[in-house]
Amino acid sequence: MDFDLSEEQRLLKDSVDGLLKSSYEFEARKKYRAEKGGWSRDVWGKFAEQGLLGLPFSEDDGGFGAGPIETMIVMEALGRNLVVEPYLDTVVLGGGFLRRASAEQRAAHLPGIIDGSKTMAFAQVERDSRYDLGDIKTSAKKSGSGYTLSGEKFVVGHGDTADTLIVTARTAGGQRDAKGVGVFLVPANAKGVDIKGYETQDGSRAADIKLNNVEVGADAAIGNAEDGLSIVNQVVDDARIALCAEAVGAMEEALKISVEYIKERKQFGVAIGSFQALQHRAADMFTALETARSMSFLASMASSFTDLDERTKTVAAAKVQIGRSARFVGQGGVQLHGGVGVTMEYKIGHYFKRLTMIEQQFGDADYHLRRVAQAGGITE
Amino acid sequence: MDLSFSKEETAFRDEVRTFFRESLDPAVRKKLQEGHHTSKDDLVNWQRTLNKKGWAVPHWPQEYGGTGWSAAKQYIFLEELQKTPAPPPLPFGVNMVGPVIYTFGNEQQKKHFLPRIANMDDWWCQGFSEPGSGSDLASLKTTAKKKGDTYIVNGQKTWTTLAQHADWIFCLCRTDPDAKKQSGISFILIDMKSKGITVRPIQTIDGGVEVNEVFFDEVVVPAENLVGEENKGWDYAKFLLGNERVNIARVGMSKERIRRIKELASSVMSGDKPLIEDPQFRQKLAATEIELKALELTQMRVVAAEGKHGKGKPDPASSILKIKGSEIQQTLTELLLEVTGPFALPFMPEGEGQNEEGDWASPIAPTYFNYRKVSIYGGSNEIQRNIIAKAVLGL
Repeated sequence: MDFDLSEEQRLLKDSVDGLLKSSYEFEARKKYRAEKGGWSRDVWGKFAEQGLLGLPFSEDDGGFGAGPIETMIVMEALGRNLVVEPYLDTVVLGGGFLRRASAEQRAAHLPGIIDGSKTMAFAQVERDSRYDLGDIKTSAKKSGSGYTLSGEKFVVGHGDTADTLIVTARTAGGQRDAKGVGVFLVPANAKGVDIKGYETQDGSRAADIKLNNVEVGADAAIGNAEDGLSIVNQVVDDARIALCAEAVGAMEEALKISVEYIKERKQFGVAIGSFQALQHRAADMFTALETARSMSFLASMASSFTDLDERTKTVAAAKVQIGRSARFVGQGGVQLHGGVGVTMEYKIGHYFKRLTMIEQQFGDADYHLRRVAQAGGITE
Repeated sequence: MDLSFSKEETAFRDEVRTFFRESLDPAVRKKLQEGHHTSKDDLVNWQRTLNKKGWAVPHWPQEYGGTGWSAAKQYIFLEELQKTPAPPPLPFGVNMVGPVIYTFGNEQQKKHFLPRIANMDDWWCQGFSEPGSGSDLASLKTTAKKKGDTYIVNGQKTWTTLAQHADWIFCLCRTDPDAKKQSGISFILIDMKSKGITVRPIQTIDGGVEVNEVFFDEVVVPAENLVGEENKGWDYAKFLLGNERVNIARVGMSKERIRRIKELASSVMSGDKPLIEDPQFRQKLAATEIELKALELTQMRVVAAEGKHGKGKPDPASSILKIKGSEIQQTLTELLLEVTGPFALPFMPEGEGQNEEGDWASPIAPTYFNYRKVSIYGGSNEIQRNIIAKAVLGL
């Protein structure tokens, strides 16, 4: 039992923190968001230089063979700094699928990801799918040796700047069948791909994507094109684990700036942080943060569980805790700031917005609570 | 970072688990599982069983009978004890006065009292709170005036848990009436058989008698019963309260209670299905299980940090353990209450129908009522929030 980081992990944390401290000031973030595509190629290049984009890939694939704790360290740092670059979409989601892909697919895609020249996006959400990963109408019909993809995907994170889309589509079965789900690599510039990008509430980007008879080869399918839902579940769990860590980072910073604010802000001639009502709210936010951190640790550990039911249940439990804590810390941070908390000018509102949107990604607390309850709870 | 237990720790867990299950009287275990009261003899016998095995006071220094276990092993020990469930060690001796005596007491006090605490030859109770001194403990008024080789103690203590069984009480008494609040207090050990002590039971809302008032009227106490230095008692009390918070999360006990809820909710019917299949009930239970998991991990973080960086001062983050631990315990008693449905209503005094075969429901509402105490004692949850605000957040 050991919760301390190893020497190498501490070095990684220091270097990511150092990089973001120098390049991700609140004002700089505004500039990056105004760049073409809504994020900074320059920052992305620095991520590549520091090896962050190759972190989870095997050394044989040109990566660093790092584990879930390293990803957690990076995601926490991205959360603390409200980073808008497509790390989750490219490295965690795109990379997550590629790590489970064939040698040819890895060779075709990983070098561009690791050197920062290419990004990816995961096209999964549909109009009626909500959080159900297997609820898919988009079709993938056999045509010749390859497939023809048709359908609509929504809220695809960084879908408007990605070079390659990873698309879930149905090769067989009904809309909600577990069998018959395929995962396909689709070039964003393929004929029939229509991408409409937009800003998201939390300052990032997403896109709605239409697939009109898009032709892909047989080599586009990741894993078994008739039975790919298990891979989707695993990779999305990886993304949930990463979101938990990002939320912990964002909560940590939200609490920190809120506590700093109430130490400085004066009313009735004293710092408002001297009032017990505010102190107790801040103390409860601390409790919410630390219990979330504990569950984020557990979720990262669960990443290497070999029992997939146990893995997914543990991640679901973590996402419940993170969802509830993120609500509480986000709302509480705004409340402690008072009026300025609801202005664009102050940082806290931006943390609140990111924390709120994390709850809407890949299942909210109610969704995951239902899953944990259906699995009979998590007490051994 | 590694959250799993080592091979050795897992083997240790199996060893203590087996020992607890084999050596605890099954009748006592059943009482605890079903929420009935345990007797004085149940507790004393169990403590002596542990003492025979050498496990009476695992956390004490080895020279006084401790086991020298790592923080992780001590955690496993307590967790398994609570999960069995076995009677929890009475804290007043082994967790409170024992550590104060071996840390601040003189050789004679150590030699006399420590082995007796380990074997529960003496039943200890705690004389801290007074009617006018709850959260503001340092405002206490009970006095101890030096007279020759003795102190003359006058005043009143309250909320004295299980004082009705006690042989000794450790008291905070004011020895310097002129000193400011915290600085005139001493830590004194008093024989409960002394002339001038009256114990008056306080009946709590569950109908039980767990706490008492203790009155001191010209009680003569040998001066040698002072622990450490005169007027330094507040420091010792702070040390003691810091130890109190460490085991307060009671994760193992809550796990056992979840097991019990699932067991009962599987047999209680709600419509044509067992209650456990009601989605709303299951979700409430699952939500509490998740909170418990988060608490368990948080507790392990505190334990691991203690193991690595030494015991030193209590971690102010342990206030989280108190707050969340007590909230979860209360939620679980509430869920148990929901399981009973209308059978929560009949009140059965201890010994009259209670404990009888088929009576599973009657201890449940009283336990729910009684457990409002857990967010109040040991530094109320509001006091814990003050501690976090000041010691952690610097407010």
